[in-house]
Amino acid sequence: MNETIGVILISIGILFDFFGCLGLIRFPDVYSRLQAAAKCVTLGTCGILLGLFFFKGFSATGVKAILCMLFIILTAPVSAHALARSAYRSGVKPCKETVIDEYSETIT
Amino acid sequence: MKNIRWIAGLIALIAAGGVVVFLPVPSMLSWQSGFLARAFLCLLISAFLCLWRVLRGPTAADRAVAVDMLGILIVGFCAVLSIPTGRDWYIDIGIAWALQSFIGIMALAKYMEGKDFDE
Repeated sequence: MNETIGVILISIGILFDFFGCLGLIRFPDVYSRLQAAAKCVTLGTCGILLGLFFFKGFSATGVKAILCMLFIILTAPVSAHALARSAYRSGVKPCKETVIDEYSETIT
Repeated sequence: MKNIRWIAGLIALIAAGGVVVFLPVPSMLSWQSGFLARAFLCLLISAFLCLWRVLRGPTAADRAVAVDMLGILIVGFCAVLSIPTGRDWYIDIGIAWALQSFIGIMALAKYMEGKDFDE
């Protein structure tokens, strides 16, 4: 039973990872690509690690999977924010279809 | 021209999906392990999509985003691989890879921003 739940969670995670990479290919500029990448990290890889925890139970491997999931949840938004900020400050413009750009008023 | 590229990409994706579905796996595995051995190939295909963005990215920021994504995918590889092979130490590699990927991406972001490291 636990193994079936684990397989379902891992399948959902792999599907989200695949769609995130597809968004990385198809989206027009850096910021929308970053959005696709950061979304699929949080649901994709964390889903895989949660499935591994369901497989292994409260053994050493399962607890390590939970620890790795917590670490990824804590650090992935930080690195995505740093990348977006550095891309903007290094002069990458958003694509033509962008409606509003409020950061340019703040940054002077 | 754009249509042709779109159709070529679709054909490549369908071929990769066929490889994933029809690949023979060893039959002594349980059905969960056999399924995960196929699903691992799906992760491998998405890693190749990331590598395509690393090669073709117009700016350096695109490449940095794709490399960040690739690091997270490798953590997923290690987690999935530890089940069909039965080797538990793969998850240790995953934890170490997540740590060094985070530090590397933060340093790269600081570098692209054009400031000193101690600001």
